Amino acid sequence: MSRIRVVVTGLGTTNPLGGDVASTWDGLLAGRSGIRQLGEITEGLPVTIGGPAAVDPTEVLERVVARRLDRSSQLALVAALEAWADSGLAAVKEAGDLDGERLGVAFASGIGGVHTLLSNHEVLLEKGPRRVSPIAVPMLMANAPAATISLKLGARGPVNTPVSACASGNEAIALAADQIRLGRVDVAVAGGTEAAIHPLPIAAFANMMALSKNPGDPTTVSRPFDTGRDGFVLGEGAGALVLESLEHAQARGARIYAEVLGAGITADAHDIAQPDPEGRGGARAIRAAVRDADVAAADIAHVNAHATSTPQGDVAESLMLHAVLGSAADDLVVSATKSMTGHLLGGAGALEGVATVLALHHRTAPPTINLDDKDERVELDVATSPRQLPSGDIAALNNSFGFGGANVAVVFGSAG
Amino acid sequence: MSTEEIRAALAEIVNEVAGIPAENVQLDKSFADDLDVDSLSMVEVVVEAEEKFGVTIPDDEVKNLKTVGDAVAYIERNAS
Repeated sequence: MSRIRVVVTGLGTTNPLGGDVASTWDGLLAGRSGIRQLGEITEGLPVTIGGPAAVDPTEVLERVVARRLDRSSQLALVAALEAWADSGLAAVKEAGDLDGERLGVAFASGIGGVHTLLSNHEVLLEKGPRRVSPIAVPMLMANAPAATISLKLGARGPVNTPVSACASGNEAIALAADQIRLGRVDVAVAGGTEAAIHPLPIAAFANMMALSKNPGDPTTVSRPFDTGRDGFVLGEGAGALVLESLEHAQARGARIYAEVLGAGITADAHDIAQPDPEGRGGARAIRAAVRDADVAAADIAHVNAHATSTPQGDVAESLMLHAVLGSAADDLVVSATKSMTGHLLGGAGALEGVATVLALHHRTAPPTINLDDKDERVELDVATSPRQLPSGDIAALNNSFGFGGANVAVVFGSAG
Repeated sequence: MSTEEIRAALAEIVNEVAGIPAENVQLDKSFADDLDVDSLSMVEVVVEAEEKFGVTIPDDEVKNLKTVGDAVAYIERNAS
């Protein structure tokens, strides 16, 4: 039996660069930074910058809908609804041609509803237990974003929430593709979200030396692969991809952006927070993804790197690509879009999945900003301006790595 | 507060919690059947009302507050 092929037919996002796909892609190509001073919420904190969502989700969603959702679910819903509208499936479902049982959701969050948890804790301490919101639990639970999308779209197939820290969003793409490959659903909405711009997570990430403490111009602080990098910049937002079996997409004449060719998921078993310095677990994920995709190393024309702007991680990623792809690693065009968006944690792999698909669709790799003095240990062709990708059948890799030693690589292929 | 003042203030809370237009929140309306206020939203309404009117509405009492009029009458009887 031939394998079920999975394609991408809808895209959505809301993030520090823009409230939709078009403005995000414009921002990426222009090399615009979404990082800025966060203002009074950071009073007394060692880090005062971040990448807040460019468009506040409460301005987009109905008030009564928004107030029952944690900010992470608000962002997820905005991105998922854009992807759903973009796919053209709303009309298909309304016409009764897509059964809710054949529609799934795999939507990730790294931390969950941290704003809801902490604001209710403040209420508990200040006003007592009676004032704690009766909807705090369904707002803060980790699967709230996926469940919110399921409710809104009437998705009655598997509704999953992969949680693997900063690899979560990419793992959701891999999981959704698997659900389609296994024949469990015809369509799945995949993605990830995070809304962790709050003093507590900022203090915690800063104390573990993960965040940059660079006091310079905020737009220059996220600098993947540059010798001046000293940690990541926290961003917030969500990315969403509508995945669909090729057969289902072709039958309805859908626009196909790209194909999900394969995925690899591994764990380091090295340290709860530090990446393996040689990137062995990441290399195994990339190797598994390339094998699953059944592509040659030379077919991979582009990589959206995890590249968070940390001293260790960025170098390890270069080692991984060389370990798996050999000399072909010299020829592919690498983009580190976190230089512009900051690090969306559980939303990162999904936003970067959207960016990877757009790069294939437009045959253009977005630039990496703030790369003034490349670390000589990074032996990669990192794009610093938009770069044209080759014509013909090409593939692109989306890498994500997370605390807990999680490694996820997804290979996308250009649409025919 | 007059009955109408209590109804109007309660209507504002119902609007805030459930998005129901305040003018629809009339004494004869059922929270569940007419206003589509589900059980968790009802708890939110009750907690907001407790703060606003300075009353205590025990959980056992909430199930008896079927209509807006029931709630207004309870608040009138128990407000300090």
